[in-house]
Amino acid sequence: MKTRLNRGYYWFLIPGFILFLIFVMLPFVANIYLSFTRWSGVGIPEFIGLKNYLRAIDDFNFWLSLKNNVVIIVVLTTIPTIIALFLAVFLFQFVAVKVGKTTANLFKAGFYLPQIIPVAIIGVIWKWILQPNWGALNVILEKIKLGSLAQNWLGDPGYALGAVLVVMVWFQIGYPLVIFMSALQRIDPQIYESARVDGAKGLRMFLSITLPLISPEFYVVILTTIIYSLKIFGPIFALTRGGPGNATMVASYFSYKNFFEFSNVGYGATMSTIISLIIMLITVVYIKLQSFESTEGE
Amino acid sequence: MERVDMQSMKMPMRMVSARKNKEVWKKASYVGLLTLFLLLFLIPVVLIVINSFKDEAEFYARGVLSLPLKPSFDIFREVWQLVEFDVKLYNSLLISTSVAFLGLLISVMNAYAIGIGKIKWSKLFLAFFAFAMVIPHEALAYPLYYMMKLVGLYDTKLAVILILSVLQSAYGTYLLSSVFRTFPTSLVEAAKIDGCNKWQILMIVVALNKPALSLLLVFYFIWTFNEFFLPLIFLVSNANQTIPIAVTLFQGQYTGYATMQSACSLLGILPCIVFFILFQRTLTRGLVTGGLKG
Repeated sequence: MKTRLNRGYYWFLIPGFILFLIFVMLPFVANIYLSFTRWSGVGIPEFIGLKNYLRAIDDFNFWLSLKNNVVIIVVLTTIPTIIALFLAVFLFQFVAVKVGKTTANLFKAGFYLPQIIPVAIIGVIWKWILQPNWGALNVILEKIKLGSLAQNWLGDPGYALGAVLVVMVWFQIGYPLVIFMSALQRIDPQIYESARVDGAKGLRMFLSITLPLISPEFYVVILTTIIYSLKIFGPIFALTRGGPGNATMVASYFSYKNFFEFSNVGYGATMSTIISLIIMLITVVYIKLQSFESTEGE
Repeated sequence: MERVDMQSMKMPMRMVSARKNKEVWKKASYVGLLTLFLLLFLIPVVLIVINSFKDEAEFYARGVLSLPLKPSFDIFREVWQLVEFDVKLYNSLLISTSVAFLGLLISVMNAYAIGIGKIKWSKLFLAFFAFAMVIPHEALAYPLYYMMKLVGLYDTKLAVILILSVLQSAYGTYLLSSVFRTFPTSLVEAAKIDGCNKWQILMIVVALNKPALSLLLVFYFIWTFNEFFLPLIFLVSNANQTIPIAVTLFQGQYTGYATMQSACSLLGILPCIVFFILFQRTLTRGLVTGGLKG
C-alpha cells in the first residue's frame, strides 16, 4: 500500500521538474555547449573546441575580472560579518537588556534598511554621492578642510574598486546582522547563567559560548556571501559599468558585455561556465566541510 | 568588555544610587554612540530625501548639504512624468505578485512530493532543485534570451515572470521540503482513513503551514521587485521596464541633473520602504516559526 501511495505523489513533482528542465537545465547545458563555439548570436554556432578556454588563459581582462571577484569575496565575507557580529551582540546583550527590546529592534531595522532597497538603486544613490563636482562626499571633505583628499572616486582607476567595495560593505551589513540576531535569540540564557556561576566573563563567554553556538549561521552567511560576490552585477552596472578602463570589471559583467555588446556569445559563455563550475565546487566542498566539522564536534 | 547580565530585568532593583547613576550614564553614552553611528550610516538616504525637494538652481547655488529653502514636489512631478513612473510601478507590482504566487505554487507542489510523499530519490531531486539556487543567472541568460526570441516572448513581462518563478521556487522547494517533513504523519494517515485524496491532503498541509507559506510569498515578492539582471536583458522597451531598471537608466540619461536623480532614486526606494513596513509582522512571525522548527 505504501509504495502505491508514494507513487501517486510523483505527479505533484512533474510540473516543477519539467519547468526546471526547460528553464534551468536546458539553458545551462546549452550555455556549456556555446562555450565551445564561436557565435555572434545569428546563424549557426561554429564548433571550435577549447579555443575559447585557451583564449581566456591569455586574456588579461579575463583574469582581472576574476581577481576583482576574489577581492569582493574577501572584503564582503570579512568586514560586514565582523561589524555585524559586534553590532548583533551589542544590540542583543546590552541594548535589548538594559534599554529595551523596541530600541534594539529600531537599531536593527535602521542597519537593515539598505538591504530592502534594490541593489541597483543603491548603486544609483552612491554614484550620486560620489559624483566628483557636486557629490556629497567631496563637498563634505571640502567643508571639513580636507578638500585635498577629494577624488573622482568612480572615475579614477586607482579608487574605483575601493569605492565599489565601500558601497557594497555598506549595503551588506544588515544581512549578517539580522541573521546573527535571530541566532542569538536561539541560545538558551541558562547556558550563560551556568557559565557565569562558573566565573566566566564577557569576552570569554563570547569566545567560548556565543561564537560556537551561532556557528551554523556563520557558515550560512559566509557561503551565501561568497556566492553572492561571485554573481555580483547590479551595483557594478549602476556604479561603473566595469570601468574606468576595466578597473571594476567582474565575471558577470564580462559575460554580459560579450553576449550583448561584443556579439561574442561563445566567449561570454566560457566565462559564465567557469564561474558556474567555481560556484558549484565551492558549494559542494563547503557543505562537505561543514557536515564534517559538525560531526567532529559531537 | 561589558559584563553580560541577561537576568538583570527580572532581578529586584536593589542598587546603591551612585552605582545606578553610573549605570545610567554608561547606558546613555552607549546608546548615544550607536545612534550617532546609525545616523552616519544612513546619511546617504537622508541626503537623497532632502535633495529631492529642491530645484536644480537651488542645488547648484547652495550645495548638496543644505536643507531645501521652500520644499516643493515639482521635481517629483517632473521625474514621475519623464520616467512614466506609474507604468513602471505597475510593471514591478504585476511581475513581483505573479512570481510570488506562481513560485509558491511550484514550491508547494515540489515540496509536497518530497516532504510529505517522501518519494524515492528525494535527496537527488532536492540536489537538482538546489542547483537552481546557486547557478549564476549569466550562465542561463543567453540561451533563455534566444529561446524567448524564438517563441516570441522576448520583451514581454510573461518571459520574466516564467523564468523568475522557476528560479525562485528552488529556494521554496528546499525550505518547504524540510518544513513539510516535520508535518505529523498521523494527520496525513487520519485524512487518508477519512477518504481524503492527495489534493485534499495537500489543502490540509497548506492550511496548517500558512506562516511558512506567507513568509515565502513575501520573500519572493521582494526578491523579484529587486531583481535586476534578467529584467535588464528581457525588458528592453519602455512600456515593460521595472522600477530598478528605469531608475538606473534614468541616471545614465540625466547625468547633469542632480536633484532629478535624487528624486528618481527616492521614488525608487519608497515602494520598498512601504513593503518593509507592511510585511514586517509577517517577517518576524515567520522567523519565530522557523526558529521553533529548527
